[in-house]
Amino acid sequence: MAFEVKSPGLSTTVQDRGRPGYYNVGIPQGGSMDQYSAEMANALVGNPPEAAVLECTYLGPVLTATEAALVAVTGAPVPVRVNGQERQEWTRLALEAGDELSFGPLRGGTRFYLAFAGGIDVPEVLGSRSTYLIGGIGGRKLEAGDVVPIGVPDGVPPRSEAVPEEFRPVFAKEQAVRVVMGLYDHRLTQAGRESLLTGEWTVTPVADRMGIRYSGPGVQWKEREQPFGAGSDPSNIVDAGYAVGSIQIPGGTQPIILHRDAVSGGGYAMVATVISADMDLLARAAPGTATRFVEASLDEALEARKERTAFRDRALAALRSG
Amino acid sequence: MSAPSLELHEARYTWGGDEFLFVEVDEAMSLAANFKVMTLASKLSAVGVEGVVDICPANASLLIRFDPDVLAPSVLESTVRKLEREAAMGHADTLETRIIEVPVWYDDPFTAEVAQRFREGFHQEPEGTDLDYAAKVNGLEGAAEFIRRHHEQPWLVSMVGFVAGLPFLFQLVERQKQLEVPKYLSPRTDTPKLTVGHGGCFGAIYSVRGAGGYQMFGVAAAPIYDPAQSLADFEDFMVFFRPGDNVKFRPIDEQEYNAIQDEVANGTFRYRQAPVVFELHSALEDPERYNRELMEALNGI
Repeated sequence: MAFEVKSPGLSTTVQDRGRPGYYNVGIPQGGSMDQYSAEMANALVGNPPEAAVLECTYLGPVLTATEAALVAVTGAPVPVRVNGQERQEWTRLALEAGDELSFGPLRGGTRFYLAFAGGIDVPEVLGSRSTYLIGGIGGRKLEAGDVVPIGVPDGVPPRSEAVPEEFRPVFAKEQAVRVVMGLYDHRLTQAGRESLLTGEWTVTPVADRMGIRYSGPGVQWKEREQPFGAGSDPSNIVDAGYAVGSIQIPGGTQPIILHRDAVSGGGYAMVATVISADMDLLARAAPGTATRFVEASLDEALEARKERTAFRDRALAALRSG
Repeated sequence: MSAPSLELHEARYTWGGDEFLFVEVDEAMSLAANFKVMTLASKLSAVGVEGVVDICPANASLLIRFDPDVLAPSVLESTVRKLEREAAMGHADTLETRIIEVPVWYDDPFTAEVAQRFREGFHQEPEGTDLDYAAKVNGLEGAAEFIRRHHEQPWLVSMVGFVAGLPFLFQLVERQKQLEVPKYLSPRTDTPKLTVGHGGCFGAIYSVRGAGGYQMFGVAAAPIYDPAQSLADFEDFMVFFRPGDNVKFRPIDEQEYNAIQDEVANGTFRYRQAPVVFELHSALEDPERYNRELMEALNGI
């Protein structure tokens, strides 16, 4: 079973739950940017959550099925078409051999996901099928003429053919992103700290799997004599490991939030970190999204993490019970 | 010089959200701080705490990723604090490692071409070269003297990261002899693969082509990252360098660079390397004398 790629889309890659354990040598976790959407796509076609999917950015691919197949499309709102006829997102679709799957223009967000019953069967590298483009691990972006291999389905699709409305994420033009202050936040002035937490920040087009850059009011750093080896700018530190989700503000003007393909370290001070429960939310931010950073305590972050897991479990239960 | 101690002062503990513990051993870079980081990282790794996902030793700090569903943040913190006290009391000031010779074509045409593309708005002195600028800010006579200082004494891999397999390097000389260079005013979007760069007090070898902000001085001739694992040096893992490795750069010319390219293409290239036991106290007491011993290990093979 396979899919033939007629047109690859803008940037379509294979992703799964990621590749933990190699961050110490600069190989990022990778994996689907919006993990919840990818997991729901897998659930709809009866795949386990770790099955590999296609992550499509902005402009989707055009694919032809070589055999009958079950597929599901989730994530950013996008018109789904089978042989030119509109079909539903967040539902299970049955394709026949020769059917062509294509997509219209995105109506929000940046990335949508395609799961195929059986999962995408490319080889694992370091325990994951995720593509890490810069490092040349797990292949590359799809190209026209590629054949995407699909594994043999071994799961039973759930009774429900669709993810109920209340379990579909919202792709809003405004976001409140919860952050735990810390790391080097003591290097900001009080005014700089307030600016970060009260200002309105806008997602710029400079956003990819490595990180998302924002524009906004800027922040101020405390003036000081820099420690040996750090570099001269007050936003510089002796090069250190970067937490995934952490916010750095080189020079104090444009915050950058690191995401799944983060560089693992560098010399810019980080001042806060997006809580794990909001990393999917961040992945749904399109350029122009107005963003507020809301301070959370570590305990609140842990509570939000539990709530996210519980929400996911309720969605899976709803699918199973039909 | 007084007897070196791993103790320094107590590290600073802080959280990177709900999945990362960050331990800053020192704000400033030093060999002793780096050694304490490496000691702490290896102790934590040896203990094998369930729920620890990644242990990332950096220059003067340690980043630990954990799964809070398995390991409570407070338990992780108290575990690391205990190991930090042990590291301060212990005698762990030696490291079984290796010294590796890295051939470099300094003042090469590849980095020169990229440097030309990123001058106005990127570089402090757009009219000159990165090498001339680095020589000037270090009070040296010119590029040739800077290059000599760069390869004369060995370096320590103080951190691996940024992108896959990129080593940060700290030269094993006294602080007043360290080469220090500002980073580019704004990062470049392009850096040739295997560029030998420098920013702050750190050297780097860019493992892959991509963005970068360090000044560029030359290119290393052989791969340091090989996801296909085609060369013998990558048999065990796709990343060549490990924290604690000692590196001795060897200047080469275009002819030798091309000869090494052929060896890489044929799959016959091997790095010249020798095992060494790195001694922190010797390195701190009299760096140049100790460096001669290190280099003898390399020359003895």
